Amino acid sequence: MLVIKDLHAKIDDKEILRGINLEIKPGEVHAIMGPNGSGKSTLSSVLAGNEKFEVSEGSVTFNDKDLLDLAPEDRAREGLFLSFQYPVEIPGVSMVNFMRTAINEHRKYNELTPYTASEFLKLMREKKKLVEIDSNLTNRSVNEGFSGGEKKKNEIFQMAMLEPKLAILDETDSGLDIDALRVVANGVNKLKTPENSTIVITHYQRLLDHIVPDFVHVLYKGRIVKSAGKELALELEEKGYDWIKKEFED
Amino acid sequence: MNKTCRIVNLQEEYSQLYKENISLLEDGAPSKMNALRAKAFEVFNAKGIPSNKVEDYKYTNLQPHFKGTFDIALSNEAAFNGMDTKFTCDVPELDTHNVFLVNGWYSHQNEVNNLPKGVIVGSIRECAVKHPEVFEKYYGHTAPADNDPMAAMNTAFAQDGAFIYIPKGIVVEKPIQLVNIMNGDNDRLVFQRNLIVVEDNAQVKIMLCDHTIAPQKFVINNLTEAFANENSILDVYNVQNQHNLTTQVSGMYVHQKKHSNILTNNLTLHSGITRNNIRVTMDDEHCESHVYGLYLSDKNQHVDNFTFIDHAKPNCQSFELFKGVLDDSASGAFTGRVLVRPDAQQTNAYQSNNNLLLTENAKINSKPQLEIYADDVKCSHGATVGQLDDEAMFYLRARGINPTEGRILLMFAFAYEVIDKIRVEPLKENIRSLVEKRFRGEFDKCDSCVVCGQQGSSVSCL
Repeated sequence: MLVIKDLHAKIDDKEILRGINLEIKPGEVHAIMGPNGSGKSTLSSVLAGNEKFEVSEGSVTFNDKDLLDLAPEDRAREGLFLSFQYPVEIPGVSMVNFMRTAINEHRKYNELTPYTASEFLKLMREKKKLVEIDSNLTNRSVNEGFSGGEKKKNEIFQMAMLEPKLAILDETDSGLDIDALRVVANGVNKLKTPENSTIVITHYQRLLDHIVPDFVHVLYKGRIVKSAGKELALELEEKGYDWIKKEFED
Repeated sequence: MNKTCRIVNLQEEYSQLYKENISLLEDGAPSKMNALRAKAFEVFNAKGIPSNKVEDYKYTNLQPHFKGTFDIALSNEAAFNGMDTKFTCDVPELDTHNVFLVNGWYSHQNEVNNLPKGVIVGSIRECAVKHPEVFEKYYGHTAPADNDPMAAMNTAFAQDGAFIYIPKGIVVEKPIQLVNIMNGDNDRLVFQRNLIVVEDNAQVKIMLCDHTIAPQKFVINNLTEAFANENSILDVYNVQNQHNLTTQVSGMYVHQKKHSNILTNNLTLHSGITRNNIRVTMDDEHCESHVYGLYLSDKNQHVDNFTFIDHAKPNCQSFELFKGVLDDSASGAFTGRVLVRPDAQQTNAYQSNNNLLLTENAKINSKPQLEIYADDVKCSHGATVGQLDDEAMFYLRARGINPTEGRILLMFAFAYEVIDKIRVEPLKENIRSLVEKRFRGEFDKCDSCVVCGQQGSSVSCL
């Protein structure tokens, strides 16, 4: 599904990703962990197409298409979804309006007829129930005045609506209390199918108790320095990142 | 009758216009109105139409816009000039007491029914005769005809406009809507003078809509004096919706007494050259004022909001927010003068002006001007000029929304803060959809009046 080869990316001439290699197959859950500043969020931004970062080397293919060649909106319409670490507030624009615009753009791109208002509202009701999001959140403006937890739940709700092939959850657990974390993780698990894949970017092992990964990768100084099964996350939780830092000190 | 005047050298011809027609200007007008004319004319004549050399008009040189060959109506018949259509308001969800003016003159076709007892809505020149005690007490009391040349010009030339009086303790539920229609076969000079008096414990919401339905050039000088007496609540929404050949100088002068609460919101959705002079005088303790504005400009449009909040007495609060979105080669200006007089302790004054410039050629001059002479006050001001937020744009695109649509959503989000301050729910909804249409480029101000659905001529779409 997703093949990343020797990916280098920089911001203002500072190289942050320094040769990432990663392959994700349908149905897999990959966790990417690593200390602060190792490039986790940069990787997710680059994959989603944030123009702040410049890709200097390497390639990314997504379902046999050159991902780096696509505009951010086309990446989304191809089935890539990024759950933002810091979702943006958009006052005055209702969730309904925002989601309907997004979904119908997806449908148009995939040569499907746009949803009518009633079809859309029905879909929204179903998905709200699925991810246990509070009904009145969707009656408000996009993320306006939402608490940290509400914003993250809202990201998962959007994910449910857009049904991506690949979801990247960027630090979705940061700032969540234990109940919100459970709601978010349940949502992700319910949306799981044998065809779609997930990348979970996180600092801590806690989220991985709920969303169990098939693979765990450790990102350090812009490279994946260690890959293993889910037991690696437990090891990191116990020992911290220092032993990895020592092992791979440049 | 309609007079035609050719203005080349400004003062010379304006002076002649006044002197030659003084008997017509005075004919049938209330005596207090006429009594103030001569003095106001002297001030206007001495100061002239302001150029950008005048400090208060630094960013808007009015001189070129007040030149041309204009018709001016010196009587009601002339203003209507054969227009005998009875106007109706076509927007069903907007339930208002609706009155029309044509070229600044009050329409005799207006029938305002179901007003609460004692409420007066009518022509200023007629109501002044019927209610001299109110008119003489308030007319000319807060407009700075001795100082501002445009207020002086209005006082010298204006003959009609609207008169609204809300007696003690009366709450008018439905908004009162004044629609001024600009029409004519030739370019036209229009004056309008409104007087609003809200007595103790009374409440009213007023909408002023200016609408051009002919494609000619219109030069408008309108002025509203509003008095909010003790414990009263007054909202004035000024919806400016004119074609690009319009020049409008709009004066809004509000005078507040104890515990009154006022709101003004200048929504400049479309216009050629707009200059809004807004002044709020808090002349008693515990007044609260909300002064808002939104301006959306493109092409070569120009909007200048010149505001002056006068904290004359202690314990008053003012909240001022102006936001603008400027596209193409549009230009704008904001001046926010806040004066806290020496004994106005415990004043709270907040001011904010935020601007979004969409192109390299769009321009804004923002000038906060705080003068604080008391020592126990809270005052803050902020002015920002920026572009659309890249992070927010990326968020929208990452959801599959294309950049054009994303831009519209973000512009709307920016403007929404001002729309949200509208205290009349259906109007808020109306303005909300208008602003969205404006950003989408679908807003055709020529199709109909934004608020009342009045049909316009498509030629005026310039």
